[in-house]
Parts: sequence; structure tokens; C-alpha cells
Amino acid sequence: MEVPVLKQGKVLIATIQAALSDADLENLRRGLVQQVVRFRSLGVIVDVTSMDVMDSFASRTLRDIAHMIRLRGAETVIVGIQPEVALAMVQLGLTLESVSTALDLEEGLAYLNAKFKSVN
Amino acid sequence: MAKPASIKEVPRADRAAELAQSEATSELLRELVAHLRQNRTQLREEWVQRISETRLLTAMTKEEIFAEATSVYDSYVEALETETFEALQAYAQNLSERIIPRGVETHEVVGIVLLLRDVLARSLFAKYQADFHKLNRILDAYEPAANRIANTVAVGFVQERERTIRQQQEAIRELSTPVLQVRERLLILPIIGVIDPQRARQLTEQLLRGIRTNRAKVVVIDITGVAAMDVTVANHLVQTVEASRLLGATVIVTGLSPEIAQTLVTIGVDLGKMNTVGDLQGGIEQAERLLGYKVSPSPEPQ
Amino acid sequence: MPAAEIRVAINSDQDIVGARQSGRALAAELGFSSADATLIATAISELARNIVSYARKGEIRLEKIENSGHSGIIVIAADEGPGIPDVRQALRDGFSTSGSLGLGLPGVRRLMDEFEINSRPGRGTTVTVKKWRH
Repeated sequence: MEVPVLKQGKVLIATIQAALSDADLENLRRGLVQQVVRFRSLGVIVDVTSMDVMDSFASRTLRDIAHMIRLRGAETVIVGIQPEVALAMVQLGLTLESVSTALDLEEGLAYLNAKFKSVN
Repeated sequence: MAKPASIKEVPRADRAAELAQSEATSELLRELVAHLRQNRTQLREEWVQRISETRLLTAMTKEEIFAEATSVYDSYVEALETETFEALQAYAQNLSERIIPRGVETHEVVGIVLLLRDVLARSLFAKYQADFHKLNRILDAYEPAANRIANTVAVGFVQERERTIRQQQEAIRELSTPVLQVRERLLILPIIGVIDPQRARQLTEQLLRGIRTNRAKVVVIDITGVAAMDVTVANHLVQTVEASRLLGATVIVTGLSPEIAQTLVTIGVDLGKMNTVGDLQGGIEQAERLLGYKVSPSPEPQ
Repeated sequence: MPAAEIRVAINSDQDIVGARQSGRALAAELGFSSADATLIATAISELARNIVSYARKGEIRLEKIENSGHSGIIVIAADEGPGIPDVRQALRDGFSTSGSLGLGLPGVRRLMDEFEINSRPGRGTTVTVKKWRH
């Protein structure tokens, strides 16, 4: 199952659906990095609204995505973590430290725009 | 056919004796109940008098005490008469439901029932003082029943009280975790009193829901009103801060006492990384700064 | 009416999703709140992932349980992998919130109400967890 990625100006938006296999997540990681390079994107938003469970693998993968994208000079924001999922994550000890998070797509875009402005 | 006196046919004799005994008891109880009914007015008056002397039921007016005393007296006598206690139990529960909200306490309820027991016993002494033997038998019939009655009323009251307390605790839990929206994008969560793990969890769930509904970007959690926090609850607090961040909200903790700060350090929290401010006012000001209220407005989006 | 016991074979990472979805469904049937169902599904996901990562294959068993009027769910994650050499070490990290490396067992324990582990090097591992409805 491929993850749809939209381009909105200098921002890429990846919307993750529920029930993503490990392989899908790996493909997403590779794909996003490629596209950031190709489009010279400044930011990536990963929308996890549909994820009903975030386990350690998913958390690690999102951290890796953010890390690799930062190496390409772009900023990643994870948006749409559901309250219940957030609760389970913190009890499991998954805090996504060093990764930016925002409430939803709108907030994520606002955050990235503010960041671009301060850079320029 | 007469049996030799030395040989006792124990079972039959015992059974007969038992039967005779219980009949005698019932007979005595009937006599007792008749006496209590006959002297109802006087004995009830005496009881109410004793109640006010010992300063019980101060939460109630004289009229109320009299009305309840009448009901209790009649239920008491009925229980003695029927030797059944369901009606009394039902009455005790009903009575408790009414007087608990008035602030009547357990020792008062137990006290007045024992006073009634006393008043009635003394009237028996007075009546049967000439016949000591009869008095003894009457008391033998009276005491177990009277004890059972005292027990039924007291237990009924205590159970109702416990039920009420549980209800109140639940209500307090609900009420005392209000998530307040003070300004746009700013939520305040003042926590007061004792937090147990269940309440802490409820609190976190409410806050996260609130962050999503109000699209909050900053949350001020004020724990000035929290006396102490054990390690479990301290962890809940840390988890609340972390979970809020996952929803894109920054948390400022205010009102941290030295004791609670110590607890947090003990569980390995780096206070340097946690956003803490001395008091609620300071916390709100910092929140406003973070949201760009005090400084010039943030740049317009593209 | 929930089935007596649900068994999910874990042979690859793709079975992880199936296991946690079964867990969530059973939890919902048993009347757990949505929040608790998420905790249960997350715990199952972690346990299934451990099986895949360290034992290659095993199974997850799910069942309803009862205890003096309370109902709950039991999850048994069993494999015949290499086993855990130092179980105590694996369970350390009481309340630390560091990113979950390794087995994530302390995290699973936090998510559930009861936790039991049986592991012998060469004999495999069985983790049993329970959660009760409030």
C-alpha cells in the first residue's frame, strides 16, 4: 500500500492510513527523502490522523524520517496524533523527542510557514 | 407409660423443651409489645427527652426529631412483634437517605437507637420489678431482639453513608478537573487536592480532549493546590506533559512545591527540560508570550 | 458473543497488524473504553513485534477473563525463540521515558494491569498480560 504524498509549494504532505505494514513505512521513508531532494522541499508534514496504534517501530521510523530529511535541509512535522494514541505512546515511553509535532495539518502548515519566514 | 426418672429420653424431651421455650419467648414478646404499645406516648416522650439531653441530632429541629422518633419507635415495636427485620431495614435506609444530607453522623444514629433500647429496658424494670423471675425471662426475650434491631439500624445507616461518600468522591473527581479556556489557544488546568492514579488518568484524558477541541497551543497546569504527589502520580504528570506535546501543545507547570520538585527529580525528570514557573499568574504571562500576545503579532501566513 | 480463545500466528511483520486489530475488536466486544482498547492494541503490537524481531515466529492468544464480577482480557505472547538471557535486565528502566529500544517490556507492563514473563535461554519466551475493565 503506497502512502499518498502531495506537494504544496515547498511542503510535502504525506498522509498515512491505518494498518500500514513495516515495508510500507520503509518505502515511505525512502520515497520522502527522494522527493525532498527532487523538489528541494523545505518542509514535510506526515499526517498520522488515521493511525490508531503507534508502536515502537512506527515511532522509530518516524524519527528516522525526520532525521534523514533534516540531513537534506528540510523540517519534518508529525501531525494528527490522536489523544488515545498519545496516551499509549507516552506510557510505552515513545516521546518522539527531537521531532516537531502539531495538532493537525493546518497547524503543521502554520508552523512551517512561520519557520520559513524566520529563516528568510 | 412413665419412664424411670433416671433414664432420660434426651432428644424428645429436649425438642419439647425447645418448643415450649420458644412459645414462652413469643408469649413474652407479645406481652412486651403490648406494654410498649400501651405506653407509647409516654415512652416516646421520655426518649425524645433523653435525645435532647445528650445533645444528639443537633442538625434537626425538635419537630423533625419528634416525627422521626415516632416512626422509629413504631418500626422498633413492629420488628419486635413480627420478629422480622426487612421492614426495619428498609425504614433504616430510607431514614438514612433523609438525614445524611442534613449532616447526621453515625455515632448519633447509634446513640439514639441505644437510648431507645435503654428507655424501653428501664420501663420493663419498672413494670416487672415485683417479679424478678418474670423480669429475667422478659429480658431474655427482649435483649436478642433489641440487639438485632440496633445492629440493623446502625449497619443500614453506615452502608448508606458509604454509598453517599462514594458518590460524592466521584462527583468531586468530575468537578475538580475543569479544563478552562482562558484565551484562544490557551488552556488552564488547575489541580486541587488529592490526586489518585484514577483521577490522574481522567485528568489527562480530559486535557488531551480539551487540547484537540480548543486547538490549544499552550496549556498551564497549576499544581499549587496539590499537597503531595507520590511517584505514580508524578509519572502521570510527566506523561501528561509529553502526551500534550505530541498534540502540538506546550505545557507550563506552575505552583511546583519543593517537595513535588524533589519527587520529580527522584523519578528521573530533568526539571531543566520541564517548563516550570513559580505561580499561576507568571505561568499565564509566559503562555501569552509564547502565543505572541504581549509581543508584536506573529508574521502573517503566506 | 466473543469466541473462547483467539489465536493469531505471528510469522512476519504483516501479522502484527492482524493481531492488534483482533485485540482491539475483542476489547471493544468486552466493553473496554476506546482509550483502553488502544492501550491493549498497542501492547499486543509490541509483543507481536518482539516475536518477529527475536524469535521469527510464535503466536498471540487472546481471551476473555473473569474475576469476582469483573471482566477483562488476557493476552499471551508465546514463542520458541532463543529466550531472554537476563529477564531482570530486560525489565529494568522502571519509569524512564527514553525511546523504546530493545524489548520494550517495561512499557508493555505500564500499559497493562498485570504482567508475567517466562523465559529460558533456548526454550523460548511467554509473556502473559491482563487488563481489567474498570
